[in-house]
Amino acid sequence: MITPEQRAEFRKHFRYNVGRRLVLDKIVKGIVFLCVIVAIVPLIAILVNVFSNGGAALSWDFITQVPGAVGSDEPGGIGPAIQGTLVLIGLSSLIGVPIGVMGGIFLSEYGTNRFGRTVRFFNDVLAEFPTIVIGVFAFVLIVLTVGNFSVWAGSFALSIVMLPIIMRTTEESLKLVPITYREAGYALGIRRYRVVFTIVLSSARNGLVTGILLAVARIAGETAPLVFTILGSSQFISDLNGPVDALPLRIWRLSSLPYDSAVTQGWGAAFILIIMVLSINIGVRYLFLRNKEKTFLKFKKMGAV
Amino acid sequence: MVDPLIFSLMTTRYTVLAIKMKKGSPYIDRIFKYVAIGAATYVLAIIAMIVFNLVSGSAQVWQQEGISFLTGSDWNSVEGRESYGAAPYIMGTIVNAGIAMLIAVPLSFGIAMFLSELSPKLLRTPLAMIIELLAAVPSVVYGLWGLLVFRTYIKDWIEVPLHDVFGDQSIIFAGTPFGLDILTASIVLAIMIIPTIASISREIMLAVPNSQREAAYMLGATKWEAFRLAVLPYSKSGLIGATILGLGRAVGETMAVTMLIGNATGAAAIPSSLFQPGQTMASIMANEFAEASQGGLHLAALVGIGLILFIMAFGINVVAHLLVARVVKSHEGAVLA
Repeated sequence: MITPEQRAEFRKHFRYNVGRRLVLDKIVKGIVFLCVIVAIVPLIAILVNVFSNGGAALSWDFITQVPGAVGSDEPGGIGPAIQGTLVLIGLSSLIGVPIGVMGGIFLSEYGTNRFGRTVRFFNDVLAEFPTIVIGVFAFVLIVLTVGNFSVWAGSFALSIVMLPIIMRTTEESLKLVPITYREAGYALGIRRYRVVFTIVLSSARNGLVTGILLAVARIAGETAPLVFTILGSSQFISDLNGPVDALPLRIWRLSSLPYDSAVTQGWGAAFILIIMVLSINIGVRYLFLRNKEKTFLKFKKMGAV
Repeated sequence: MVDPLIFSLMTTRYTVLAIKMKKGSPYIDRIFKYVAIGAATYVLAIIAMIVFNLVSGSAQVWQQEGISFLTGSDWNSVEGRESYGAAPYIMGTIVNAGIAMLIAVPLSFGIAMFLSELSPKLLRTPLAMIIELLAAVPSVVYGLWGLLVFRTYIKDWIEVPLHDVFGDQSIIFAGTPFGLDILTASIVLAIMIIPTIASISREIMLAVPNSQREAAYMLGATKWEAFRLAVLPYSKSGLIGATILGLGRAVGETMAVTMLIGNATGAAAIPSSLFQPGQTMASIMANEFAEASQGGLHLAALVGIGLILFIMAFGINVVAHLLVARVVKSHEGAVLA
């Protein structure tokens, strides 16, 4: 028989034990919440600062004009930098996208063997490489051999940065296409390359576009590889074998100048760059989410869900 | 029963289509396969070429300096008295990335835990999205912000009080607080890698099956106990992988660090105090590259530093991928972006 004294004793222990655990739980929750606040505040502050300071610098001249002489009263604009970034993105996509997509096709369609696993692994490793090393590589390979800084060297370096991202996303989205789609194609006697190009690639279109756009957003903000390959310039492009300016590079150069006008311009350039990068990222997520919903509805109509 | 006429029409249509699709040389499939293999081999070739070019580009400095390129701390690019030692920058990279990891890892795990376990449903998606977007902000923008905004705050609110309290006698707080030093660079670096580590850790924690948590709750566990007993053991190796992946980013990060670390050279760059200018491997390459003449020893030394950084980052990433790949295998590109 349990006496009332013993029962009171149990109750005391129970309360002590549970109370302590609940307090610990509260403390941990508090710490975690504090972590979120501490980490989010500077991150939000960056965006707020860039938008408020950069918005003030914007004007038509700022976007289209060439930069003025260093330290003069005429600050000029960042036209060549914007043009250079767009040209670099275009050329590096020209190199990186076809190879990346073909590589992704290989990994998803033929990549179940040992060679495929090796490529996949090194591709993942390449995706996380320090980009400055890739810049040095492009410098040694192209700039030192040819003898001058050029748009091509920059595009080559950036294409290496974007290649693994595209390969990986292509592979992932091709793998999402059901095997029955391919089998339907084979059953009709369609050749394998046609199956891949007409059936698999078009079913996986959204994933492909997402991957390519994310890769473009990534290289738009890359600075380190460009320092070694395009050198920077204050004129619009006249020659693909000559030096060129780019937005991130221009921000870096402006930040080291001690003039107020340079600081304002730096914020303005950062504003334009961040708008470019974030709009691609947000756009992709919107597109992707919306299309997911569409396929979901389609499946629902077919009675699959 | 399908009308025979329509049936024959249908069959001819599909037959024609099938014949059309079959057109072309019988070798075309094989050619297609080889093109795909070629594209995949390109990646391996690029990595091999990176190694080859970095080695050949830095051969000169290895011949000249030998092992003292790794251990020496002299850095003199004056013609005739040239001498290069990368030890201060290797140490600088390790210290800088180490401090950044000390700050970033607990905060990132906190965020990941909040997003996967505690957050109300309403907050979960927007917060996760903000964090993922912040991982996409270019590093030069973080550098600009650190240089123009954050630097003054950290100087006035953290460095000056700490220096006043501990003074010059304490080793790690010695030196004049100026704002452009190892501490500022490390904190901004931490801010930069938090989104990366947090979003990967979140994916890993979300991949833990709910039955694990439910089992813990059924035994009367609190949220924290459920996390500690059910989620943590399950996701341990993935979280370590996420940390190492963050370390890889921190080691290779260039622009923000270059803009904030103060750029000391030679023996002065050996990190001793938090309030002292330093230098990392990536930042010295970005800084001195413009001054190095083509074909000279200085350039070879910078490429040599690139080779050391490459080996370091390669090792870190290989370990990280071996750990993460096991957990988030094709979990909607968690390791990506």
